[in-house]
Amino acid sequence: MTRVLMKGTEAIAEAAIQAGCNYFFGYPITPQNEIPEYMSARLPKIGGVYVQAESEVAAINMVMGGGSTGTKIMTTSSSPGISLMSEGISYIAGCEIPAVIVNVMRGGPGLGGILPSQADYFQATKGGGHGDYRLLVLAPSTLQEAVEITQMAFDLAFRYRNPVMILADGFMGQMMEAVEIREHVSGEIPSRESWAMGCMRERGGKRSILKSLYLNPEDLEQHNIKLQKKYREMEKEVRFEAYLCDDAEILLSAFGTTARIARSAINNLRSEGAKVGMLRPITLFPFPSEKLAELASGVKHVLVVEMNMGQMVEDVEAAVCGKAKVSFFGHAGGIAPSVREIEDRIRAIL
Amino acid sequence: MSGFFRGMIAAGFGGQGIMVLGQLVAYTAISEGRHVTWIPSYGPEMRGGTANCCVAISDEEIASPVVAEADVTVIMNNPSMERFEKSVKPGGLLIYNSDLVTYPEPRKDVTVFPIPAYSVALSLGSDKVSNIVVLGVIVEATDLIGLEACIETIKDKLGKRKPQFLPMNLEAFEKGRDIARGLLKKA
Amino acid sequence: MKEIKIYERPRAWAKGVHTHYCPGCGHGIIHRLICEIIDELGIQNDTIGTAPVGCAALMYDYFDIDFCEAAHGRAPALATGIKRTRPDKIVFTYQGDGDLASIGAAEIIHVANRGEKLTTIFINNAIYGMTGGQMAPTTLIGQKATTCPFGRDPQLAGYPMRMCELLATLETPGFITRVSVARPKYIIETKKAIKQAFQNQIEGKGYSFVEVLSNCPTNWGMNPVQAFEWTESTMIPHYPLGVFKNFE
Repeated sequence: MTRVLMKGTEAIAEAAIQAGCNYFFGYPITPQNEIPEYMSARLPKIGGVYVQAESEVAAINMVMGGGSTGTKIMTTSSSPGISLMSEGISYIAGCEIPAVIVNVMRGGPGLGGILPSQADYFQATKGGGHGDYRLLVLAPSTLQEAVEITQMAFDLAFRYRNPVMILADGFMGQMMEAVEIREHVSGEIPSRESWAMGCMRERGGKRSILKSLYLNPEDLEQHNIKLQKKYREMEKEVRFEAYLCDDAEILLSAFGTTARIARSAINNLRSEGAKVGMLRPITLFPFPSEKLAELASGVKHVLVVEMNMGQMVEDVEAAVCGKAKVSFFGHAGGIAPSVREIEDRIRAIL
Repeated sequence: MSGFFRGMIAAGFGGQGIMVLGQLVAYTAISEGRHVTWIPSYGPEMRGGTANCCVAISDEEIASPVVAEADVTVIMNNPSMERFEKSVKPGGLLIYNSDLVTYPEPRKDVTVFPIPAYSVALSLGSDKVSNIVVLGVIVEATDLIGLEACIETIKDKLGKRKPQFLPMNLEAFEKGRDIARGLLKKA
Repeated sequence: MKEIKIYERPRAWAKGVHTHYCPGCGHGIIHRLICEIIDELGIQNDTIGTAPVGCAALMYDYFDIDFCEAAHGRAPALATGIKRTRPDKIVFTYQGDGDLASIGAAEIIHVANRGEKLTTIFINNAIYGMTGGQMAPTTLIGQKATTCPFGRDPQLAGYPMRMCELLATLETPGFITRVSVARPKYIIETKKAIKQAFQNQIEGKGYSFVEVLSNCPTNWGMNPVQAFEWTESTMIPHYPLGVFKNFE
């Protein structure tokens, strides 16, 4: 397949199909409707199943059911819908069921707006639902990267038996860009037979129980200790892009579309001789804290740019840990920080 | 920046074909081997709300897909004039729909093309092709995309789905080019 | 010739476990019926249960079959995901009245309306059991509960919901019936109904819904005998037994 111009939502949908995802459960919400629309047209043709749920609450529980049988499952939604799904996400994490969830973020809080935003960083990386759980969170910044991340997300979900969230800002969903989508064959993934619903025959008559209820506190703590161990193992999946960091005196940090805008500002300032670089986290959990700490010791200032009122900046501050000054620049949902604004901020620091 | 980089903004009412105009430019630029991004912005209503999109075209991979300073801005209604008049770079081109937009004091630092896109389209049989009139203007008056490639895009993207409207679309495209040539001579 | 009947532990009942249910509770009876049916239909290796939130939350400990735990009210959606990805398996939900008729009202209506090819066993005992006897959507008028200490007042809380009748207004669902465990004669009918609901699924027919009128001696403040009597004397008149739909 050659590179074709596609909308982000459709590219994510097709990438999932090419990674073997034949089941989709979702509910309409702007700005991600093209994904369920695409799936509803495409999946029946390849022997898959599309179900329009009665709500996001139901959709995520269908995802849990589909994932519980060891099947590659995806759902997509946008911010208010992800809030409704958060209950189910906590159960999926607690029951250790693989699933891929895409959040095409729009502005909040509440109904917010329908324009692009990055204001669900906290929700994705720090919980959203109840309990001590973590999602693997991936943030693409180009559509080609969105395609690759979507396909990789299924492998990660099964490798760790954990929900994986693709945190795409509204730009990633609505933008058109040239992409190439190849069929994705998963690498080594543990067999589903040992744990999945419906495999009792394969287990020689041994039942499997998927649950998150542990009434005995010692059992509950053991369950949590096991989960935490898994979350620490996930740290080896940390991904980032270090852009012109080697000689940088000022380090930017941004994710998703905001990182692309910041890159334009960096390019412009570099042509004027300013030593500016950027660390772009691709995984938001695990967060590239170690790399940030290493880079921070060589710069005088870290500027975090987000399309929200300051969320990732807290993780950056924790990682930098006083080694450099950290400041923040951002706009709320619907207004992308402009190249000019970012340049002005950097100039003020220089 | 070193290589070829152009940004375009198109804005108007929903239903004026603003998104399609941007997409046709994007498809054409892709077919010419360039890197392209297209970003839409809708009002909440599917029809009749405000709609705008921006297209970035480059020889290199595109960093920011958001076009804040455009080489070409297309304005199809009055509210969009208010919002996007300033988006054109000095030396750039501002195209507006002179049938629906009043622009008494045009900027002096940019080229301004009033295009009667609506009445031209109506005279061809449907106001729906006013965006294609503007596409003809863009091809003739700017270096964003090439003529041959653009005609191929029109045939491919508009001709396949509704072949009965292809002749009208191609005619609208030619009318747009004619108008642009006339304006270029004057300028 | 004398007929000899041996009552043994069903094979689908997990070995060496006893339920945690209160004395006289209907759950144990209904669990056993389901296990017997699983044995009789020979589907132990192919049945997937979804556990509710409520007194039956731990039911997965008692059944020797695959089980996935659902969030409160969400079992129908969970079961939809399971059945759609494993249409070759027998999938059921087992839900109480708070779970099904209150917090899961949307999920139960839509699972029925999509006609998912699965089975729901709905346990109606007119009260929230696990949380300690609060008012349910099915609590009867005048019945006392910890959140309606003066008895349910329809002016404040509306009238008790009849789920079979409500679901029977939908075109899609195939089999809807209400049975009871208040007396042995009803229990025999209950077993027949649940067995048919599973049989429907084996045959690939549509959605089956079996409401079982049960009891809750503890939260009703009765002894088991009184509780069974109350189910028959007070619940059945409001919740008439019978078949509401049968794949007409």
